[in-house]
Amino acid sequence: MRTLLIALWLFASGAHALEAAIVEKLAFGESDEQVAAIAALVAAGDEKAAAVLQALAEGELQTAGKSVLIVKGEEATDAVTGAKVAPLPAEREDVIANNRLRRELAGALAGLKLISPQREIRLAAAKELAGGADAAMLPLVKKALEKETDAELKSMLGQIAAAMELKDGSKEARIAAIRMLGGSNNPNTKMLLLSVLEKGKDGSFAEPDEEVRRDAQASLRAVEGRLAWGERLGILFTSISLGSILLLAALGLAITYGLMGVINMAHGELIMVGAYTTYAVQNLFRAHAPGAFDWYLACAVPAAFVVPAAVGMLLERSVIRWLYGRPLETLLATWGISLVLIQTVRTIFGAQNVQVENPGFMSGGIEILVGVVLPWSRIVIVLFAAAVLTGIWLLLTRTRLGLFVRGVTQNRAMASCVGVPTPRVDTWAFGLGCGIAGLAGCALSQIGNVGPDLGQSYIVDSFMVVVLGGVGQLAGTVYAALGLGFANKLLEAWQGAVLAKIAVLVFIIMFIQKRPQGLFALKGRAVEG
Amino acid sequence: MKRRNFIKATVLAVSMAAIGSGGYAQDKGPIKIGVLHSLSGTMAISETVLKDVTLMAIDEINAKGGVMGRKLEPVVVDPASNWPLFAEKARQLLTQDKVSVVFGCWTSVSRKSVLPVFEELNGLLFYPVQYEGEELSKNVFYTGAAPNQQAIPAVEYLMSKEGGGAKRWVLLGTDYVYPRTTNKILRAFLIKKGVKESDIDEKYTPFGHSDYQTIVADVKKFAAGGKTAVVSTINGDSNVPFYKELGNQGLKATDVPVVAFSVGEEELRGVDTKPLVGHLAAWNYFMSIKSPANTEFTKKWAAYAKAKNIAGHKDKPLTNDPMEAAYIGMYMWKQAVEKAKTTDVDKVIAAMGGQTFTAPSGITSTMDPKNHHLHKAVFIGEVQANGQFNVVWKTKGPVKAVPWSPFIAGNDKKKDEPQGKTVIAK
Amino acid sequence: MGPIADRIASAIARLYGARGWSTLAAFALVLFVMFPLCNLVVPPGNPFYLSAYWVTLVGKIMCYAIVALAMDLVWGYTGILSLGHGLFFALGGYAFGMYLMRQIGSDGQYRANMPDFMVFLDWNEFPWQWWNSDQFWWCALLVVLVPGLLAYVFGYFAFRSRIKGVYFSIITQALTYAAMLLFFRNNTGFGGNNGFTDFKRILGIPITIPETRMALFAITGATLIAALLLGRYIVTSKFGRILAAIRDAEQRIMFCGYDPIQYKLFIWTLSAVMCGIAGALYVPQVGIINPGEMSPANSIEIAIWVAVGGRGTLVGAIVGAGLVNGAKSFFTQAFPEYWLYVLGLIFILVTLFMPKGVVGLWSQWKNRSA
Repeated sequence: MRTLLIALWLFASGAHALEAAIVEKLAFGESDEQVAAIAALVAAGDEKAAAVLQALAEGELQTAGKSVLIVKGEEATDAVTGAKVAPLPAEREDVIANNRLRRELAGALAGLKLISPQREIRLAAAKELAGGADAAMLPLVKKALEKETDAELKSMLGQIAAAMELKDGSKEARIAAIRMLGGSNNPNTKMLLLSVLEKGKDGSFAEPDEEVRRDAQASLRAVEGRLAWGERLGILFTSISLGSILLLAALGLAITYGLMGVINMAHGELIMVGAYTTYAVQNLFRAHAPGAFDWYLACAVPAAFVVPAAVGMLLERSVIRWLYGRPLETLLATWGISLVLIQTVRTIFGAQNVQVENPGFMSGGIEILVGVVLPWSRIVIVLFAAAVLTGIWLLLTRTRLGLFVRGVTQNRAMASCVGVPTPRVDTWAFGLGCGIAGLAGCALSQIGNVGPDLGQSYIVDSFMVVVLGGVGQLAGTVYAALGLGFANKLLEAWQGAVLAKIAVLVFIIMFIQKRPQGLFALKGRAVEG
Repeated sequence: MKRRNFIKATVLAVSMAAIGSGGYAQDKGPIKIGVLHSLSGTMAISETVLKDVTLMAIDEINAKGGVMGRKLEPVVVDPASNWPLFAEKARQLLTQDKVSVVFGCWTSVSRKSVLPVFEELNGLLFYPVQYEGEELSKNVFYTGAAPNQQAIPAVEYLMSKEGGGAKRWVLLGTDYVYPRTTNKILRAFLIKKGVKESDIDEKYTPFGHSDYQTIVADVKKFAAGGKTAVVSTINGDSNVPFYKELGNQGLKATDVPVVAFSVGEEELRGVDTKPLVGHLAAWNYFMSIKSPANTEFTKKWAAYAKAKNIAGHKDKPLTNDPMEAAYIGMYMWKQAVEKAKTTDVDKVIAAMGGQTFTAPSGITSTMDPKNHHLHKAVFIGEVQANGQFNVVWKTKGPVKAVPWSPFIAGNDKKKDEPQGKTVIAK
Repeated sequence: MGPIADRIASAIARLYGARGWSTLAAFALVLFVMFPLCNLVVPPGNPFYLSAYWVTLVGKIMCYAIVALAMDLVWGYTGILSLGHGLFFALGGYAFGMYLMRQIGSDGQYRANMPDFMVFLDWNEFPWQWWNSDQFWWCALLVVLVPGLLAYVFGYFAFRSRIKGVYFSIITQALTYAAMLLFFRNNTGFGGNNGFTDFKRILGIPITIPETRMALFAITGATLIAALLLGRYIVTSKFGRILAAIRDAEQRIMFCGYDPIQYKLFIWTLSAVMCGIAGALYVPQVGIINPGEMSPANSIEIAIWVAVGGRGTLVGAIVGAGLVNGAKSFFTQAFPEYWLYVLGLIFILVTLFMPKGVVGLWSQWKNRSA
């Protein structure tokens, strides 16, 4: 790295023709040779060299026999001459970069990009360097700093330079660097500042000057304070995210079980059906409309509702209908249904997991602080859970079907007497619950695995949530899901995932002792019914 | 009426099976082969394909005339990821179906469950999965990797300049025996290499854990303290959520590489690997290995999957390390039987030592004359955007397995061969 | 002399009629005469020979039948659906497993005088849970005490808080789930996920010789019959009628001056103890106990055995356990790829068309033909 950048510094302005030997080394050499070739290419410093490096980083560099090509789609250019190569040679092999090479490439490209005219490219390069820059880059960074006009970039580059000057440089430079670092959000800064305060083996400080150390202490406190906030925000978000997933998984059950009293052990499998529906829709898009792939969820969400809902209505008509009033026996029948559903999926799709790809807008995340990334997929799921919840609430309180469902729940006989078609309401309500389970499956497919056993891992948790919240109460389900999310995440940060899970289960047992009907108990005659 | 017919048929089938199993003379007719892999329950996700590849090898051998002129006849059972059922099915295969050899098991607990049965009835088991070692039975041949054939080379690679020179280590696993043992061995190894205790972080999650937000955030925090690598022994099903979280939280392989010992081509099938490029896995075989034997193997598998209409594989055939190990095991058993000229268990065991086979990995694998493990080459691969691995490092040649790891206290006294059957005093 | 004999006679008459007793006698004959004869005396190869496979298989199913009986007492007769009975079963198994582990002595992989997993964890002495575990009587006591005490304490609080119906079911499920996660941990001291296996002896006698196996089989059979008679004794007594009354209308029984908590607590604890004993008999026969036995799905299955056989009939519980497990053993061999369909369909059809289980079907059919 050091040699590379010195080379870069010295030859940055030189514009040589690309040497075939260097490119060949990059394509065919051992990794030490490849690293040297990267350095040489950076030294060449012209656009062609940058293009070759960029191509290697993006996996577009290929070899065909002895020649090295940059292949973009169906078009190929010779890496050495820059000439178009047509037609594409049939026998080609990728030049594959390993981690070491990719790191070198990233550094080299960042160095080259720091003086790019486009702001976004410079910003990305600065971020890359902020992660841990080599001291040899200092002259380059300073040069870029001089030229930089953008305020944000200026401060970033300043911090990068400051980090580099921490060890050497005059006392004033060191103090300035430390003060500069005090304003950083990067967790790496903490380590840098700590290294200033470190004591050597003989008891002397790494930093001889006391004034500098005092400043370092102050900066360290400032950085640590901000990092702690970041961490707290992180836990808050992960709790909400876990809570929203539990909520989605349990909402359908809150309807089928909570409102209708059907102990639906196949609930998990309906989640699975939803996830597989998403998978199938995704495959259709990939095969027939690859251009619109990012929008497959727009189709997958309704499909993931409709298919499980249809399955659920079919089940209700054929099996569950005959078991009303024998709630515990629905347990047996639905357990049988779940076995059949699992095996059906296994026969159709195979026993292994299938891949559901996030659409582009759901990959990656937003960095609210350096080191605290909120993944888009989870943010979308939190919003999705809220939307589904609102939808159900509106449906139950504002529509005729909702009115009927509530009526049948409260007093089936009376509802029937005043003309509510109770059997049809049952079918619709059960279908609704199953459809919501399917929506949960669609959401889960974005963050977890999609396999035949998907449902089994959520069924226990779902029942816990519904029962903890209080049967027949949507609000209870919401509070219970969020509460469990928080309890789980706080305990996990403190005691590890295994003990956290055990503690939460014990907590549920204790809580039910205190509130035997869950958080929100039904009151009145229905209780002992 | 129909019902009664069904019962009759069932009774008839059972009695036929009972008579049939005792009826054949030992050395005529087909040779029965037991296949003991879970086809349902939690392990079906990994094991089903091993059943299929075993059946493929049997078909191949039969097409070429069988073993000693006798056809092979598979007896497939489903132990349903239920450990007591594994023991029951093993006993059934050995005493009722009278199979000559059994290919099966994936998890350590399933192997531990059937082990007493195989030792009691003097059966023969081929176990095709990488495991934690610390076991050596006369009745078992281990065709997967022992820890020194997988874990230790991987860690050495990550410590090297080429692998990024990691200084801090997160040992992350599912809370059960294989991860615990592997991590124990690795910890001892790292400390011997001069890594400080404070630079090792061991973390465990429960079975089926699917929420890796906190873990990934913790890894990030730990990585801020210096060049960090993660060694993952997370069990099959939890890998997808783990890798998805890793990708979404932007933890790149160039910053914090993750090396996994239980993640292969099959496991990555369920993941979009574009954000994961550069993360590593250590195995004795990768589908992407270029060797004539592998080209043939993958082609045969693709054709077999298509012909048998194996869901998933008929559209996207994948091979992985345990499949290769199962395949090697089947052929080595065939060679040993041909050498011993009998399927008698003791004679086959004696003939197994020193058998060689040109494995799909391109290496000539040898069965150790003594310790019932294969000599295998170790490959380290980086995940590619297409879900395959690119081999970035490999051992010079095959490595001998050390089932009793020297990094565990007391193992220096252990013999590197199965000890005679314990004679139990009455 | 006279009154005692009379009382026994009346109890016998109360438990079963002549047909019932003769069926039971036939059952005992099969278990205690046919099985030992066909397994130990008849030489292998003879068509009447029963191999060890059948002995362990039937032995295992009888253990399950005891659990099903225990479940039926609390669910079928008292109306408490437990989704955590697998826990008590596993605890009994673990308690006895400790003894079996100690009996391995130094024949394990490490040739140490300790279970392998402890050697591996670098433990030099037994943790407190293992105190006295080399004594048969102590472990036998634990088999009863651990599930019994846990059930008593859990039941005491739960029944006192008047937790009922599905709330009770779910917290029992939470209980067994938490215990499973706990036992999966290596540090809990029970061998983690691998659990206990590779047993060598019991009371110093090798465990794999046919005689030991047959003895275990016979003890299991005797326990099953004893459990059946005890259950029958309870459900035909006044106590049993109060249980049924609690199931049907708990409030009314309270208004009549009974305290349902005491009754529930007694039957609940008894049921747990029965499961513990079944677990202890199960472990030496199948040769492994691991936390998987505590998984919620296993406990749900127990309820399913009872439902298939017929809830509220003790024989039904036994028949259900036998049918479901027998079917599972058969179909996993005969149709390894499709057995889940068969099993699933059986559950659905039984619920739809045989609301009183298989045993109920029998009496339906008898009534119709009569």
